Amino acid sequence: MTLRIRRVVFLLAGGTLAALMLGSFAALPSFGGSHGAYGPLLDHLSVPQHHITDVVTAVNFDYRGFDTLGEEFIFFAAVLGVALILRAQRGEVVGHSVDYATDRAVPPTSDVVRVLGLGLTPPTVLFGLYVVAHGHLTPGGGFQGGVVLATGVLLIYLAGELEDLHGLYTEAALERAEAIGAAGFIGVGLLGLAAGTAFLDNTLPVGRIGSVFSAGMVPLVNASVGLEIAAGLVLLLTNFLHQTIVLRAPGRVSR
Amino acid sequence: MTPLQVMILLFVAAGGTAVVATREPLRQAMVASLFGILLAILFFVLQAPDVALSEVVVGAVALPLMILVSLAKIRGGQR
Amino acid sequence: MTALPFVVALWLLFVGLYGVVTSRNLVHQIICLSVVQASTYVFLLSVGYSKGATAPVFADIPNNRVVVDPIVQALTLTDVVVGAAVSALLLAIAVQLHKRTGSLDPEDLRSRPSQ
Repeated sequence: MTLRIRRVVFLLAGGTLAALMLGSFAALPSFGGSHGAYGPLLDHLSVPQHHITDVVTAVNFDYRGFDTLGEEFIFFAAVLGVALILRAQRGEVVGHSVDYATDRAVPPTSDVVRVLGLGLTPPTVLFGLYVVAHGHLTPGGGFQGGVVLATGVLLIYLAGELEDLHGLYTEAALERAEAIGAAGFIGVGLLGLAAGTAFLDNTLPVGRIGSVFSAGMVPLVNASVGLEIAAGLVLLLTNFLHQTIVLRAPGRVSR
Repeated sequence: MTPLQVMILLFVAAGGTAVVATREPLRQAMVASLFGILLAILFFVLQAPDVALSEVVVGAVALPLMILVSLAKIRGGQR
Repeated sequence: MTALPFVVALWLLFVGLYGVVTSRNLVHQIICLSVVQASTYVFLLSVGYSKGATAPVFADIPNNRVVVDPIVQALTLTDVVVGAAVSALLLAIAVQLHKRTGSLDPEDLRSRPSQ
């Protein structure tokens, strides 16, 4: 169907759906009057029971840890899928891993970018490690900290060339790190089974409220999720950059 | 509802419209990054700091980065 | 005025869907899809909000303070990460599609015979 017919059908169907949804929104409790019973229960239980002060992390990694396991494996599968889709095809040449353009000379990276990139990398990596380690105390956790860690690695690429990243790690080591992170989550869950209770049950000692080494297994799970997300995101970026810069169509190798 | 919440909600609605209305993907990546920051401010105002942190790192850094690298590949192949 | 968050979520959903339906560029479609996902985040967090409540982090507030619902925040956190992963996969497919067929236009790709 042409674009115009599609637009008309969308407006009709969308209008009907919007009217129905607005009608059902009228039956919701008004904004600011949340009625949930599970939420306040966890708010009251989380600190005395497991010494976790960040209740969102408690929900994600302790009370509903099984759902987070599924989410982590969705991310793992997505990285796997991207690596599969962007693999080298038949007939593609592997060029130098430096930025190139087919119609002009690429200017070198400016000094400001290099200094800023190199200067900002250690604080970014440190901040990422801080966010991962303090996930059960303050807002943060494995996911956010993992992405910040990956950003630290990306700053090195921005300050230099892709070759510099290749000197930092090998792709095999990254894949191993990601797999260790994913398996670490399951391993910590099996600790619960080994202790005689359920899978992913929090069985390690809970420690003192506010200390980094508290809350049982949650710091361990945060660390393994952080490792997996950081390695996975760097792998993702490496695959995209590899596809863009290194793999070239035959006849286009201009350097 | 406080005026701050009303204002940031209207900004988010305008930002979403701007993302869809920008047809060129390179410009849209920048507008999407801005939209991510606006969403993070909205989440912060709705008392959700964990989600705001997540949205900032994903929607303002990781997603526009992937879009830009994909566009570099697509444009590089078009010449 | 008290229904404004839900109206904004609905608006984002339909604006994003309109972008997906009438788009002529695959990368533009993928970014509009992320706008649709953002509408669910706004909706979830608005459902969990309590007036006068604060963030569900007890690191520096007394334990009996009223806080907002943490369950919907955990859901939204998962949602954000999964949204990024899905967008990455879709972008990879778009890149490979462009390499094979030379075009990013959904209309163009639809009328092509499959190879």
